[in-house]
Amino acid sequence: MTGQVLASSAADVSGDFQPQQERGQRAVFCGLTSIIWMHRKIQDAFFLVVGSRTCAHLIQSAAGVMIFAEPRFGTAILGDRDLAGMADCHEELDRVVAQVLERRPELKTIFLVGSCPSEVIKLDLDNAAQRLSREYSGGVRFVSFSGSGIETTFTQGEDSCLTALVPSLNQRESDQPHLLVVGTLPDIVEDQFRRLFHQLGIDCVEFFPGKSSTELPEIGLNTQVVLAQPYLGETLRALQGRGAHHIPAPFPLGVAGTAAWFYAAAAAFGIPEGRVEEVLQAPRARATRALSALRDELAGRRFAMLPDSQLEIPLARFLALECGMTPVEVGTPYFDATVMQAEIPLLPAGVSWIEGQDLDPALDRIRSARPDITVCGLGIANPLEAEGLRTKWSIELLFSPIQGFEQVADLAELFARPLRREAKLEVGEWS
Amino acid sequence: MELTLWTYEGPPHVGAIRIAASMRDVHLVLHAPQGDTYADLLFTMIERDGKRPPVTYTTFQARDLGASTAEKFLNTLQAAYEHHQPKLILVADSCTAELIQDQPGTLAQTAGLPVPVVPLEMAAYSRKENWGASETFYHLVRALLSNHPNTSLQAGSQERGSRPPRVNLLGPTKLGFRCRDDVREITQLLESVGIDVNVVAPLGAGIDDLFRIPEADANVCLHPEIALTTCGWLERTFKQKTIKTVPLGYGATRDFLQELADVLDYPIDIDRVSQCRLPWYSRSVDSTYLTGKRVYVYGDGSHVVAMARVAQREMGFDVVGLGTYSREMAREVRAVAAELGVEALISDSHLAVEQAISELRPELVLGTQMERHIAKRLGIGCAVISTPAHVQDYPARYSPQMGFEGANVLFDTWVHPLIMGLEEHLLHMFRDDFEFNDNAVPSHLAHGDGTLKEVDAGDVAQGNQSSLLWEAGAEKELKKIPFFVRGKAKRNTEQYALDRGLTAIDIETLYEAKAHYSR
Repeated sequence: MTGQVLASSAADVSGDFQPQQERGQRAVFCGLTSIIWMHRKIQDAFFLVVGSRTCAHLIQSAAGVMIFAEPRFGTAILGDRDLAGMADCHEELDRVVAQVLERRPELKTIFLVGSCPSEVIKLDLDNAAQRLSREYSGGVRFVSFSGSGIETTFTQGEDSCLTALVPSLNQRESDQPHLLVVGTLPDIVEDQFRRLFHQLGIDCVEFFPGKSSTELPEIGLNTQVVLAQPYLGETLRALQGRGAHHIPAPFPLGVAGTAAWFYAAAAAFGIPEGRVEEVLQAPRARATRALSALRDELAGRRFAMLPDSQLEIPLARFLALECGMTPVEVGTPYFDATVMQAEIPLLPAGVSWIEGQDLDPALDRIRSARPDITVCGLGIANPLEAEGLRTKWSIELLFSPIQGFEQVADLAELFARPLRREAKLEVGEWS
Repeated sequence: MELTLWTYEGPPHVGAIRIAASMRDVHLVLHAPQGDTYADLLFTMIERDGKRPPVTYTTFQARDLGASTAEKFLNTLQAAYEHHQPKLILVADSCTAELIQDQPGTLAQTAGLPVPVVPLEMAAYSRKENWGASETFYHLVRALLSNHPNTSLQAGSQERGSRPPRVNLLGPTKLGFRCRDDVREITQLLESVGIDVNVVAPLGAGIDDLFRIPEADANVCLHPEIALTTCGWLERTFKQKTIKTVPLGYGATRDFLQELADVLDYPIDIDRVSQCRLPWYSRSVDSTYLTGKRVYVYGDGSHVVAMARVAQREMGFDVVGLGTYSREMAREVRAVAAELGVEALISDSHLAVEQAISELRPELVLGTQMERHIAKRLGIGCAVISTPAHVQDYPARYSPQMGFEGANVLFDTWVHPLIMGLEEHLLHMFRDDFEFNDNAVPSHLAHGDGTLKEVDAGDVAQGNQSSLLWEAGAEKELKKIPFFVRGKAKRNTEQYALDRGLTAIDIETLYEAKAHYSR
């Protein structure tokens, strides 16, 4: 099977892939943005950003919708008094934490999230988290991580959060092999994956993060880690530091990507290929069928990706290999060779791969290459549309279920719809 | 430190971006870490701008901290100038850059660029978006006009001779509330009375336009939050009077014309140009039902002041409470509240606003996008009258708020979430019809944004009241009350019973309560 072949040949070929580096103006969210999907996943936790009004404004603006209920995130906004040393930041933080807990006494974990300003003034949130954990001993746990823009881009906030949780995972004593799927997935995808692993005979499977911040997975020498999201390099290294083994695999995007991901996990558990083929056969056939109509719409179209979510490399692989599209230029905020090792051998040749960003020249290149569709951040989409270029905003890739067999057509649809819309509209150009 | 779950205003540098994005020829170089670029989407998504705001962010990272952030700033400045070729560069820090103290303004002024550089101090840790916009506009105008030859002139109507008077319209910006349409409406209004509009700024203005500001006889301060500081400086420097009445509403628009006539010493036949349907629509019998409807008003200071007047005196509502997030307008808002005999809430906490609304139980909320959500949760109708607003409040159609057409728009928009007078009677008449049920929504509210959920709204009331026992007869009687007021009747009756220590409610209690509350 292709999936199996792709997964097993992955490790040897990743050496020569070197994206070109750019260091200029970036147009990427900071890691605080991860809070938008993480607070929905981890339902007994509160994310308290210690930062500025900009941080609060960023999260609410990036979420694109205003809040409908009281959210499980907030910002402790630093004021002049905090910066001038007139107020003791730790006392102030204690007061704000008490306010949060007064409103929501059911919380089990409070994440103290560092921001650009808190990093620059060197506010020690690790220390604060330890102190507060002692003060609220037994009731509420405090964990700190950084979502600051000077250290993290967009999805990297989740990496930073999960890394901070790794030391608190309990040591696993059982000898039974244990699969840990790492990276926030929509519940529906998690359930589908769980069912398939069960059919494969892997019952000891846990997802990290899960819905509860207190029932964290255990970790030990028998833990096999497979990443479900491509932005979790630091988390992976921290888990390896605790003795877990990494299963290199392409990411579960597209039919082939998802199949390869399952083959890789199954192989690590010694499950015969025939059995994997049997289990995956039906969902795989279904996904292929669902994709085929969309493939007709997408094949031969050219696409570009501006750096944004870290999903760019596996998505480009899916669009090229399974949808027949032609990548023109693919940018990614940063490149992690370990995480991407199973993707690299699959990537098409003749593509300009870019790590980092220099926005104005990148936009000029897109204007001159005029791809059929450009995947980019929210701020840039309408300006490109106004120039007659079709776009797909990348944040939707984080908010919608796109992983796994049952979502393959939905994923392709995200790219097909703007093209279909263009064909449909008879309203002239933007004016 | 202040716990904030949601914020009405962004940080001050977003105000600076609003000024830059409103204008031509201007580019802002913002010393800021990556992430701060989110501000682009406010313009391109909420206002559907077809181009990025003219901002270049340095997007420094941890590895740049130390000596090289200043260098990064200078490189970015140079690249931004070369790529965008603006006629003027604004320079500012975002909150994080303010802490690292690279002094980008000073650096930029000594960088030898062939265009003027205007440095801005944004005070990120004490100020907010509207202040940032106001400061930016003021510093920009001042930098360009300080050496203007007209500073020694006595501008104003006495030198006008026979030419028509001319005024500037100052304050409209990108991401303001209906600024695009208000500028058009007020320009047409002024033309209709023979007054020329000299410069509109910042919205749509270029640098050359700002140079012409002193040529006007007076400045119309359309948006005090943005332009009052600038108008004050222009008044001191060029002896240009400021027209301070904001023409929001029928009466305010007439007052605005009167102020223009007085200040410009120029006769205006106000009755001739007051062509507006609001007065007749308000007087027509169908509008009787609007009388005394309880309304809560919240938003930026100038909109709240103006809209409270429209609600109370032009629609015949009862303003039962009002508030603003604009602390700089607290005095004006308090004065209006005192006049109406209600409390003013000066707070930028949406939780405080939600509490005020749920305690006052208005029948209509006039607020920002956040009050739209609050009202929806409480089952109350809402119309948006102020920023922050969402994409649906930047409509495709011409929909001004200012001037006489603006007053028409206000009437339509505010009546829409309510049940129309005639319909109220019909609903009552047909309530026993077997085809009619409580879920039947009036046609114009089929999308479900209006004040109709009164029945459910009873559930959001204080929990202990539901422990009261409703006797069967009373409950049956309650069901005969039209459903859109039933929730209120139920709450009032329960409150009445609780206040008197009753544990059960019978028909007598129901009518006692009705009499009590209709006093």
